[in-house]
Amino acid sequence: MKEQLEKIKLSFSDELESACLEKDINDIRIKYLGKKGEITNILKQMGKMEPEERPIIGKVANEVRNFISQNIELKLHKVREDALNKRLIEEKLDVTLPGKRINLGHKHPLSTVLDEIKQIFIGMGFSIADGPEIESDYYNFESLNMPKNHPARDTQDTFYINDNTVLRTQTSSVQIRTMQSQKPPIRIISPGRVYRSDAVDSTHSPLFHQIEGLVVDKGITFSDLKGTLQIFIEELYGKDSVIRFRPHHFPYTEPSAEVDVQCFSCNGKGCRICKNEGFIEILGCGMVHPKVLKNCNIDPEIYSGFAFGVGLERLAMRRYNIDDMRLFYENDVRFLNQF
Amino acid sequence: MNLSMKWLKEFVDIDVSIKEFADAMTMSGSKVERYEIEGDKINKVVVGKVLSIEKHPDADKLVVCKVDVGENEPIQIVTGATNLKENDIVPVALDGSTLTNGTKIEKSKLRGIVSNGMMCSLSELGLTINDFPYAVEDGIFVLKEENYFLGQDIREVIGFNDTKVEFEITPNRPDCLSIIGLAREVAATFNKELKLHTPSVKNLSSENDDLKVKVESKDLCPFYSARIVKNIKVGPSPRFIRERLRAMGVRPINNIVDITNYVMLEYGQPMHAFDIRFIEENNIIVRHANHDETITTLDGVKRKLQPDNLVIADSKKPIAIAGVMGGEYSSIVDDTKTIVFESANFNAESVRNTARQLGMRTDSSLRYEKGLDPNNCLLALDRACELIEILGIGEISSEVIKVDNINKEQKRIPFDPIFINSFLNIDVATDKMKSILSKLGCRVEDGYVIIPSFRNDLNIKNDIAEEIARFYGYNNIPSTKLKGSCFGKLTAMQKFEQKIKDTMLALGVSEIMTYSFISPCSYDKIMLPTDHPLRDYISISNPLGEDTSVMRTISLPSMLEVLSSNLNKKNESANLFEISKVYIKSSKSYLPYEANKLIAGFYGKNTDFFIIKGILEELLYSLSIKNYKVEACENEKSYHPGRCAKILINNQYVGIIGEVHPLVCENYEISERIYIIELDIANLFENADFNIKYKHIGKFPAVKRDLAVICDKSIPVAKLESIIRENAGKILEDIKIFDVYTGEQIDNDKKSVAFNITFRSSNSTLKDEQITTSLNRVIKAYNKEGIILRS
Repeated sequence: MKEQLEKIKLSFSDELESACLEKDINDIRIKYLGKKGEITNILKQMGKMEPEERPIIGKVANEVRNFISQNIELKLHKVREDALNKRLIEEKLDVTLPGKRINLGHKHPLSTVLDEIKQIFIGMGFSIADGPEIESDYYNFESLNMPKNHPARDTQDTFYINDNTVLRTQTSSVQIRTMQSQKPPIRIISPGRVYRSDAVDSTHSPLFHQIEGLVVDKGITFSDLKGTLQIFIEELYGKDSVIRFRPHHFPYTEPSAEVDVQCFSCNGKGCRICKNEGFIEILGCGMVHPKVLKNCNIDPEIYSGFAFGVGLERLAMRRYNIDDMRLFYENDVRFLNQF
Repeated sequence: MNLSMKWLKEFVDIDVSIKEFADAMTMSGSKVERYEIEGDKINKVVVGKVLSIEKHPDADKLVVCKVDVGENEPIQIVTGATNLKENDIVPVALDGSTLTNGTKIEKSKLRGIVSNGMMCSLSELGLTINDFPYAVEDGIFVLKEENYFLGQDIREVIGFNDTKVEFEITPNRPDCLSIIGLAREVAATFNKELKLHTPSVKNLSSENDDLKVKVESKDLCPFYSARIVKNIKVGPSPRFIRERLRAMGVRPINNIVDITNYVMLEYGQPMHAFDIRFIEENNIIVRHANHDETITTLDGVKRKLQPDNLVIADSKKPIAIAGVMGGEYSSIVDDTKTIVFESANFNAESVRNTARQLGMRTDSSLRYEKGLDPNNCLLALDRACELIEILGIGEISSEVIKVDNINKEQKRIPFDPIFINSFLNIDVATDKMKSILSKLGCRVEDGYVIIPSFRNDLNIKNDIAEEIARFYGYNNIPSTKLKGSCFGKLTAMQKFEQKIKDTMLALGVSEIMTYSFISPCSYDKIMLPTDHPLRDYISISNPLGEDTSVMRTISLPSMLEVLSSNLNKKNESANLFEISKVYIKSSKSYLPYEANKLIAGFYGKNTDFFIIKGILEELLYSLSIKNYKVEACENEKSYHPGRCAKILINNQYVGIIGEVHPLVCENYEISERIYIIELDIANLFENADFNIKYKHIGKFPAVKRDLAVICDKSIPVAKLESIIRENAGKILEDIKIFDVYTGEQIDNDKKSVAFNITFRSSNSTLKDEQITTSLNRVIKAYNKEGIILRS
């Protein structure tokens, strides 16, 4: 009996050795340890044995059974591990191949810059006001201290619908509408389309965007205007931006100023981009003219304010190094996809 | 406005570099656009004297000259010029020199003979015959100047070394369209004295003149002055006048015309000179033009005048258009003997309107239309006569004829240093303010600033504050943060638009921006019916061109143009959207209604109707718009009749989705299928539900069942779906369509549609009977409509 068990052990070892699939190992388990398996058969014959032999054979039989079941577990573990390793190797990808992209849409660069500007001003307590693009001569010119035949009208080549209706040449028209509908304190910006009858070229477009700003309150001073625009430009172009305020003339502000930013390309030394001036003009501003306040029933002896207007295209062109304004309105996807 | 630095220095002593000058002037409000140093390209061009001229041994058309250029030895130059003789004084470009146009001159051999430089013509120096009327146009510039030495820089000898500064003068400062006006600004900027000179004439002819001046239109001509000059010798002006005119960008013509221009530039007062022979009856009348009157102006153009034009006339006819241009007939000619100088003031608006009506912009009208100082007229007239005397070219009459209707009242503005300091947030002493104002020609008296008549632009105390700010320095004013608090935010509508944009971008659609104006032909191109209300557009009365002449009432044409141009550029696909306004005539208001629209347009191989519809559905989902209906629509002419749907909310039209009609595509030269979504933003906004509330996620399991039915092809799937919704009861959770089949296995006019239906109860696990009951209700309802279950 003992020999028989030894034999079983040997033949098991041989069979297990040559098995390499999980299924074969399970078959071996059944063959040796199953209900009709070889070890089971031997254990069944134990009854027929001499009583003194039983514990001895029983012990050996148990040892063999444990040996078989342990080795089967070991072998199974190994086979599974091998199979997994094989799969992992087979499944290797060239992770440098490109991804399958789900495309986002691209925001128009003018929108991106405008959104940024809105954020800056909202942070300073400004709201966003809107106004009509087809505007009456009154709101676009007269109420802004530019009566008919005022020479300053020449600087804004105007598209007319009829004698009294124009395509607004400036978002300043929204100033008046806001002041008529809202009492101070007022802090608004009004971004939007404006129109000038300029022929299209790389720096001119008959349609472009302006952002008008207006602040009216008691005790607003020229230095508030400077401070507000300083923050705006630093937020937009960085803390190290150098700006200068230069006297200018607008009929609807007094004093008036233009704001220049130091040329990024030459740091003020003078180059082709800044026409050797070292500075580039980016916006016009000033203290709201008392006549304009009066036109809106705001008493200039009590209130004062400032206003500014900035061209969006120019800011975006500078930001992205765009050298031709036409690109904004051609909407070539190869252009749009860059933003 | 150009400025000659040499001329300026007659009025202000300044000695700073041109860069410093330009920067300081810009910062005090006279913006320098650019400056140019005359002759700065010219290098190593000197005065030489031709010693000998010999024939070139090997070339008939060349000569060999020996030229003394102030060095030890004369140099040899070969030239083809024919206007040279010995002892001529000429400009010589030496070996290694540069000319105005950048040409480099180097020693070379001409037909074997060494030439060590080049003798120059006027144009090679950047000059014209107007600058040196004694020179020849083609050929070497032979100098007739008196002060020179051989070898001297040519620019010094011919006075080609001025600096021209170009200013941008704002329309409120016509006084700065003159040397004196600018000199005043320069003096104030650099804190120098302004040296003004009072012109006078010493020798007067005592003969009586027979000239009568009558001003009929007093309101349009507050001041008119005239003076006769006899025994005129018309000829070229002396060099200093020509040089200065050139630096100011004015072409010299003859001494009389040059004097009028010179005075205009110096004083800012336009002048005119008439030949008295052509003034009928020696009568000058300032009046409105008559109906159908015409005048041929100095530029040779015959112009028809309107009754609101102001003219200078004689007894019979207009001889000048007031403030704009003189007549050709009465202009100065070579044999002019007696002239009348005119120096007058005309109403700005009148000159402006006349110039605009006639399409003329002259140096004179540009000044008048901004409003000139009438008190400047006599000074200018005196200066013109003084120049006549200095040049010795005529005898000046003692009589100054004037018609004076000037309002003599002096303008006063309260002087309020406290206001100025607090308004600007500065602290400038009153004396300092007074000194700034006096540099500008203002006086402070009894608490008022007395404004000189040349400063039309100073009217209120803010104007005075600006003058102080300009010379205090804008950049010296502190910067402060806004005080007080204001709450900044977006309105609900602004947030809604932002949400639409963000969603479209997330769905892979890129934003575009197009012009608001389109061509009126666009409406034909999109095949909009001729009686369609959207054809009632607003036109621009002065458009740049027909293509941009009407304000769009619909955004489809702009989108199609963008898609077409992208296709033309061989871009494979495009998913684009724009939120922009359309402009609809309003019966209620004189201004149109500007409606915000969303349009999206698509082409490319990964695009079809249902992908686009998916984008639409996702957009509406993200805006929490749930109660919309999509209805097939065959009558939108821009769209494919079988592939177009209206989007309705509560039976109100909010937009359209569809494939563009093939003929419309053809009109835009588009060869691909184009899909469009159009939505009205205000209508969407009204129907969006911003009040999102959480619904419990079902705890009990869902049960799914498939249901396939056969029906007429013409029945829309939406209808089949709504029958399920209406009949399945509360336990219905979701319906998905997973197959639409037409083909061999069923009748020709039928289709089979298969749904996957999800049931779930919120309070128990569903039993089979519940589902069967529900499905049976659905099947019964189908059967009523003749829709049968597919076996």
